[in-house]
Formats: sequence, structure tokens, C-alpha cells
Amino acid sequence: MRNSKTMKLSRGLSTLAAAAIVLSACAGSSSPSTSDVSSSQSTVGDNTSEEIILTIYSGRNEKLIAPLLEKFTEQTGIQVAARYGDSGEMAALLLTEGGASPADVFFSQDAGALGAVQGAGLFDVLPSDVTELVTPAFRSADDMWVGTSGRVRVVIYNPSLVDTPPSGIDDLLDPKWSGKIGFAPTNASWQSFVTALRVVRGEYGAQVWLEGFAKNKPVAYEKNGVVRDAVNAGEVSLGLVNHYYLYEKIAAEGQAAVVARNHFFENGDVGGLVNVSGVGVLASTKNRDAALTFVKFLLSGDAQTYFATKTFEYPIVAGISPPDGLPSLQQLNPLSIDLSNLKSIEQTQQLLEKVGLLTR
Amino acid sequence: MTIRTRAPLILLVPALAAAIIALVPLWYLIDQAASRGLQAVVEEIWQRRTLTLVLRSLLLTISVTSASVIVGIFCAWVVALSGVPLRSLLLVLFSLSLAIPSYLSAFAWISWQPQLQGFWGAFIVLTFVCYPYVMLPVAAAMRGVDPAQQEVARSLGRSNTVVFFTVTIPQVRSAISGGSLLAALYVLSDFGAVAAMRYDVFTWVIYGAYRAGFNPSRAAVLSLVLVGIALVLTLSEVTARGRRAPSKLGSGAMRARRSARVRFVPLTVGFVSLIIVGLGVGVPVVSVLSWLTRSSYRVVQWTDVFYSIVTSFQIGILTSVVAVALAVPVGIAAVRFPSRLTHTIERSTYVFHALPGIVVAISVVFVGIRLLRPIYQELPLLIIGQVIIFLPLAVASVRSALEQSSIGVEEVARSLGVRPMKTIIRVTLPLALPGILAGGAMTMLSAIKELPTTLLLRPTGTETLATSIWKYSTVSDYASVAPFALALIVLAVVPVAVMSTSSITRARQL
Repeated sequence: MRNSKTMKLSRGLSTLAAAAIVLSACAGSSSPSTSDVSSSQSTVGDNTSEEIILTIYSGRNEKLIAPLLEKFTEQTGIQVAARYGDSGEMAALLLTEGGASPADVFFSQDAGALGAVQGAGLFDVLPSDVTELVTPAFRSADDMWVGTSGRVRVVIYNPSLVDTPPSGIDDLLDPKWSGKIGFAPTNASWQSFVTALRVVRGEYGAQVWLEGFAKNKPVAYEKNGVVRDAVNAGEVSLGLVNHYYLYEKIAAEGQAAVVARNHFFENGDVGGLVNVSGVGVLASTKNRDAALTFVKFLLSGDAQTYFATKTFEYPIVAGISPPDGLPSLQQLNPLSIDLSNLKSIEQTQQLLEKVGLLTR
Repeated sequence: MTIRTRAPLILLVPALAAAIIALVPLWYLIDQAASRGLQAVVEEIWQRRTLTLVLRSLLLTISVTSASVIVGIFCAWVVALSGVPLRSLLLVLFSLSLAIPSYLSAFAWISWQPQLQGFWGAFIVLTFVCYPYVMLPVAAAMRGVDPAQQEVARSLGRSNTVVFFTVTIPQVRSAISGGSLLAALYVLSDFGAVAAMRYDVFTWVIYGAYRAGFNPSRAAVLSLVLVGIALVLTLSEVTARGRRAPSKLGSGAMRARRSARVRFVPLTVGFVSLIIVGLGVGVPVVSVLSWLTRSSYRVVQWTDVFYSIVTSFQIGILTSVVAVALAVPVGIAAVRFPSRLTHTIERSTYVFHALPGIVVAISVVFVGIRLLRPIYQELPLLIIGQVIIFLPLAVASVRSALEQSSIGVEEVARSLGVRPMKTIIRVTLPLALPGILAGGAMTMLSAIKELPTTLLLRPTGTETLATSIWKYSTVSDYASVAPFALALIVLAVVPVAVMSTSSITRARQL
């Protein structure tokens, strides 16, 4: 009896081990996507050989960015190894790796994560032929990172329920909107807006507005996309989202399926805040030239047009037109604010928590 | 009963190695927390908000654990003792909810019942994720209980219900408390469900410190508080387990167990079971299927799905093999050679199970970039990260299997002059085989659905089912999420089936 049990055990274990070996062999030979270099060359230090592999930490989503990276490799011949994750977690990763990081470039979804990496002294200053392409409002004051594309906070509304959409954030406090506004309390862009509100109106002013907003019983949704769908379906009349959610839906389902429309806050209203995605080059990189080539590529006409037409974002290099049918940034005349000031998101969350808008 | 000798070095050394690996996060946490000085640590902790968060986390942990114990014991009874038909199938279905990532389940619940956001939503989702932690060891233990005792009690006029609570439950007490500990630690560590449900607990603030505050030091201080709570839970479990697990001396009646006839209408039992399966597995599966039917403007890339499956299984199998290899010496040392040292080793593998994935991931980055540069962002380091998180699942399974198995055979072997090491290999290990298999399967399931550690430690370009789900769900492309999510749930049946058969075979006694 003991013998048979022992045999069963060893057989079981050897089957497991064999399976593990077979699987590792399988996966070792597999490369899941063409744009990524998945084998062991992902670390830097290969710059002596002819083939440079640029390691990009990307807080921006692979689905949106991978085609752009392919285009970059096509144009420049520089191979890229892209690591995707949440922007904030990527910043934490860079902070933990410090000077030993394998990353050459950090491509972030928002300015806050760039500011954190900059604050740790991990970025190297960008040359003026890069920075001068971007208006000062959309890059760091000391040229450590540049914005690459912008997104505007808007009110999305359902025209069958709303005649005149509110013209500024203070109109949102009107009791006639009670229970009719949708928002996404955990969304980073919403929290950036509240951070801007704190910067512009001070802690007290921001709290007064938020308390008024909370009194109007806004409806909380999981994500911006869900807010947009709720407005389109008439569940709520208004939604506070980024401008591009509407165009995503139109691209996916056709104009006929979408009744909702965007309304832009104008003349510097803080509700029309422009957020940027951006990029910085790590000071520890051994591939600085290739890294700068990549930054310039993101600011080139090709990449800027890609942002305008594929992700429906605002190009932020002069001379490239915004997505079809959208007002230009000059027309919008958005709030002028130093985006580096928007990194105090944790305090924003504490304030949102205090007025009861963050959690249940 | 135990063998009163010191643990042989050949057990002790790998057990110590397991404990050292499990304690990796501690180095990082202390380094980070200390980086701003002791006063900053005290200020960070000494806030009213910290207390509120501790209380909220405890409230959720205690309520989910209690509910998991109730649901888990019920399901264990159904599959092990009740005699309802199709029990093996039920066992697989019950176990399957362990394979569904909490963020996926939470999202399905919100789409269905948006008003559940908050405490109740988190409570429901986590209960269905966690009850298998209780059910699996308890079902195995119930199958191992000597039917003679129940029969004696019944022959003395006790009703079935009374027998269940006064005879059966006390005999599986160790399995219940072990399973509840795993469930409680999981609840403390979970971020997916509480984030989707917007229920503010410790992990929420720890993630916030990384993602919004860009403040790893603050995250470390808060993580240490979480570790403290986990330590208290882990130590109190020793008390709850009882001083020694009951194990019989004689061989008992060598005959097939006769299932208790279900006194309640079998229909009622079946109905309740179906509700549990429906809520735990049905809700997320229906939700995923509904995404599939959404007008998809993107063709499913089946090769991507295939590669994700292969990678997920590769990581899952490697993680479970390593975790089990480390858990076996830890478990044997703790159960068969109990001492302060072996207990400390065993307990230390549990504590960091309460940390959210991102903290473990960043700790492994911290150690990896300093000491293990050649394997940084390579598969072995990812496996180490996963093993740190899931080791306790394997340890708990090995331990409960050993506690259940009669030590008599081992004593006979020793009395016949077989050396301790040989006894372990020839006798102890085969006795623990069902536990080893169950632990391996449970580890594998958890490793396959794991996201934060995989995201940060994976070799660049590697995609698993979990990272693919993440990739598409962050841009709300649920039509593309669906095939990966479905593959995750369907393929989870494989390890679940291994686990189920191994806990069924537990019934055959030596």
C-alpha cells in the first residue's frame, strides 16, 4: 500500500514537472505581439551593438499606443520594448528602480505621474529643439517633460432632455439639475479637475463648490464611458467627462446610434480644464539619442495626426488641426494653469472623501 | 500526536528558505517606512483616518469571513456528506468562483445591480470569491472524519442536526479555522472588489498612495499596519484551531462511507446550491457572455488568446510547483516536528498574504533590482513574487492534510528502524498527497487570475489572460475582454477538477 502511494506521488509530481517544462518551452518560443520585443534583450546596455532597443514604460494603454510604436519602428528602424501599466504604478516602479532602471523613456497618461518622476530627479532636461515645439502651458516649467496630446473636460448632454447646457461649473449647482448629473468619482481626469479647482479657488472655495455639487445629488458611475452611455440613454441629462468619449462611441457605433453631444466650457472656466499626456527621458538612459528621437516622433505631424484621428485627442503642436468638428484650443481659450500643480491628487481625494463624493 | 524529535536539517533548511523568501517584503517596507524617520511614521499612523480605515477593513474582513464560513461549511457538507446527486459536478462548480478575479466579478455585479455599490457589494463579491477557501479544506476534512463516531451519536438518539454540530463540526474545526484565515487574509489584501464597489478600506488608501500620492513611503507605513493586523489574525488562528487536531488511533471501520440520507428535502439543498453557484459563477459568466454579443467592431485575435492561455498556465504551473515544493517542508516541519521555530516559520509564510499585490510587486522590484539583476523583469522573478503571495495557500493545504492523516503508520515505520528522512519520503509525503495536489491547484488558480504582480514583474511583452483582460477593460472594450475572461473561467475547470478529485480521494483512509 505504501509503495503504491509512493508511486502515485512520484508519478503525479513528475507529470507536473514535465508539464511545466513543456509549457516553458512553448511560451519561450512565443512572441505575443509583433511590436514588442519579448525575449531577454529587454534590458538596456546593448547600445554598443548596432541594434538599439528602446525601453518605454507606458502608462498609456497598449491598444491605443501599440500601432503608433509600430509606426515609429517603421520610420526610424529603432526597435522598442514597451512595458504597459497604470501611470501611477509605473511612476512608483521608476521611483523604486531609481538610477538602475532599464527604462529609457516614460510615456504617461497624465502630468501628475510625470511630475512625481521629475520630483525624484530621474528625468534629464530636454533640449530646446524639442521643447520649443510645445507651448509652455503644456510642458514642465524646467523642461523635464513635454505634453504630447491634450484632453478637454466637457459636459456631455442629451439634447432631448436639455435645451441649454450649463455654461460654467457654477451653473451645475442649480437645483434644476438635481439628480440629473452623472460623474465618475474615481476617474483620474475628474480628480484632476477637482485638483485644478483647489488650485484656482483655494481649499475653501473648492470645498464650497463640492458641497453644493454633492447637495445636487449627482449620480456616480464606475467610469467615464459608463457616464457617457447613461447620458446617451437618457438615464441622466448631463455628464462630466473628457471630450473624446463621445467620438469613441460615434466611431464604434456610428453617428446614428448616438444622440448625446458635447458642450465645451469656455473662457477659462475651470470645468474646461485641459489635461495632457506626456513624455520624459530618464537621466539613467544609455540610449539618449534614440530616446530623443522617440520624443520628437511623438511631436511629429504623423503622431500628432494619429492622436487627433485615432484617439480623438487634441494635438498640442501648432499647425495640426484638432479632430474633425471640434473647436480649436485657441477658440476654447482654456484655463491657464501650471500642470505641475495638479500632482496633489491625494489631497483632492481627501477633500472628496470629506464632502462625501468619493466613497460609499 | 507528534513525533518528539527535532526536525531534521534536510526539512529545516528548505523551510527556512521558504520563510526568508516570504519575508522579502518586510525588508522593503521597513526601508521605505524608515526613509522619512520615525516621527513621520508615527504621524502617518496617528490619524483618525487610520483608525477609521482599520475599523472598516476589520468590519469587511469579519463579515466576509463569517459569511464564507457559513457558505463554505454548507457547500462542504453538500459535497462531502449530504448524498445529493451530482456531488462531483457541484464541487467543481462551487470551486470555480475561486478562479474569477474579484474585479471582474465586481464589475459584473455593478452592471447588474448598480445600487449595491458600497459595503454590501464588496461583501457579496468577496464572500463568493472567498468561500471556497473554507469549503475545500472542510470538505476534505469531513470526508476524513470517522463515520463510526457519527453513527454512535445517532444510535444514542441524537438527531442528524445535533450530530452535525456536536460531532462533525468539532472534528473539522482545524480545517474551518485554517480556511477562515486564508479568507480573512485575502479580504484584507483585495483591491479589485473594494475599488469597483467604492468601499473605502486600507488597500484603497495604499493604492492611492502609489497611484495618486506618488508616495511609496506612505504606502509602506500603511502596509505595515496591514501586516500588523494580519499578524494578529494569524496568531489568533492558532488559538481558534484548538490545541491539537483530533486524529484517531485505530484504523476504524474499513468500509465505504454511507452518505447520510438528506432529511431536508433534497430539492431544498439542490436549490440553495444552485443559488450559490448562480451568484458566484453565474453572474460573472452571464455578464461576460453579454459582452460577447455586443456589436463587436474588433475581430477576436485568437492567436493572442492562445498565447495568453499558454503563458498563464506556464506561470500558474511554475508558481504552484515552486510553492508546493516550499510548502511541503514547512508543513511537515510544523505538524510533525512542532517547536517554536517550526511554528514561527509556518506563520511567517502567512502574514504577507494580507498585502495587496502592488506592495508585494514593488517589494520584489526593490530587492530584484538590487540583488537579482540578471533575472530582473524575467520569468523567475515573477514566479518569486507570485510564490510570496500564494505560499500560504499551499502551506495550509499540506498542513491540514497532514493533521488529518493518522500518524500511526509513521510511528510504525520509525519503530521498525526506518530513518526519519526516509519515513518522510515513504510515508508522510504519500499521506499528504491529496493536500499537496489541492494546494497546488489552489495556488495555480490564484496565480492565473493574479494581476498587479504580473503587470509589474512580467518579462516585457508577456501577456497573460489577466493582463489581457486588464488591457482591454481599461479602455472599456468589453467585446475584446470577453474571450479572455471566458478562457480564464473555462480553463480554470482543469485545476479545479484536480483539486476536487484529490479532496474526494481523501475519503479512502490508510
